[in-house]
Amino acid sequence: MEWLAERLAQAPGLENMLYFLAITLPLLSIILGFVTYAILAERKVIGYIQLRYGPNRVGGRFGLLQTVADVLKLLIKEDTRPKLADKPLYILAPIIAFVPSFAILVAIPITETLTFANMGVGLLYVIAVSGLSTIGMVTAGWASNNKYALMGGMRAVAQMISYEVPLIMSAVGVVLFAGSLNLTVIVEQQQFVPYILLQPIGFIVFFIAATAELNRTPFDLPEAESELIAGYHVEYSGFRWAMFMLSEYVYLFAMSALITVLFLGGWNPIIGLGFIPDVVWFALKFSIVVFVFMWIRATLPRLRADQLMEFGWKVLLPVAMFNIFFSAVLKELFF
Amino acid sequence: MESLNIYQNSYLFVIVFLFVALMLPIVALSVGRLLRPNQPTEQKMLTYESGMEPFQDARVQFHVRYYLFALLFVIFDVETVFLYPWAVAYEKLGVFALIEMLIFIVMLFLGLVYAWKKKVLKWR
Repeated sequence: MEWLAERLAQAPGLENMLYFLAITLPLLSIILGFVTYAILAERKVIGYIQLRYGPNRVGGRFGLLQTVADVLKLLIKEDTRPKLADKPLYILAPIIAFVPSFAILVAIPITETLTFANMGVGLLYVIAVSGLSTIGMVTAGWASNNKYALMGGMRAVAQMISYEVPLIMSAVGVVLFAGSLNLTVIVEQQQFVPYILLQPIGFIVFFIAATAELNRTPFDLPEAESELIAGYHVEYSGFRWAMFMLSEYVYLFAMSALITVLFLGGWNPIIGLGFIPDVVWFALKFSIVVFVFMWIRATLPRLRADQLMEFGWKVLLPVAMFNIFFSAVLKELFF
Repeated sequence: MESLNIYQNSYLFVIVFLFVALMLPIVALSVGRLLRPNQPTEQKMLTYESGMEPFQDARVQFHVRYYLFALLFVIFDVETVFLYPWAVAYEKLGVFALIEMLIFIVMLFLGLVYAWKKKVLKWR
């Protein structure tokens, strides 16, 4: 990946753009592969945790082709659109939901040389752009002109904005220690000590808020199957629905990568094990985070709406505020 | 010169990512159009309501509590906009900025306590 760093140093132009496109398209296929097998892995992991088998028919003993078959089925499924729906917004909503989920990946450095955009405001970019997909959800809920969808969309917005505040605030501690918003610099700062050890409170708040931002159990109220059918995307079918599902899992990828970068030290090896390539380290830490997300999903029940909001504002936000101040004093005294 | 190039290339990369992210749904949906059947009927185009005949427009006036949370969100999100530059420049600013920021955070925390006491945070 040396050529990518060289390309980044050259004057920008059409040629560079083509090179960037040549690295973005493989990344897109890796992401799509990840999503395909993350869905399968999720079903398998949850299955085994709940003493079931999970998918085990399509594609051998482990159901390896299950999601592929699902995607093909979605691709040839009829696309119905309710007559009362707002047509332009109904068509736009899945796109608005998906685009930011993929666009934030540009700022996340995988390894030292496999860095896409080396932006000075990397973390701010990720947080700002990831907030945009909320608009996609509420657009979908509103445009469908369906009561369940509107309720799901409204709940989604209320939840996303409530947990975005602690999410952003818990990351301030990391910025404070690193002295930079550039994610590459943040990773380099963690060469010896990952920030999970210096920022344990920040990490826990960030992780909980990330779970809520991803709309995953125990915070999956916007799409609570048993009360809202599916929430904001109840009127969607076929590939338009698949775009929502896709964006959810691309977000899972992005959030897990972001947690790896911010708190687990990115591609940095554990001291003494530097002979293992840095991509492997990144993948290892990343997989652990993804697994913990699945584990939480399989274990915890869903919260009630009032518990959800009150937990966000009355517990997480004060704790995150305290953490900022605590980290500042800690840094003042010891660093 | 090199850092300027990296800076510009980074945003070029963002544009490329946005382009690819836009093309994926467009291409997938256009290809899907050739593959999928399309026979709309009156029944299919009804709004789904768990088997009931749908009644009224779904876009009713919504409960005010959502807007209160939206207002709170704006206040605290703007606060974080001030926190980030402070955190980046913390090493240069030192103790004085720390105390200033403490006063700032405490004032916002008082706002949160006020909202709490006014039962804005209660989800009824």
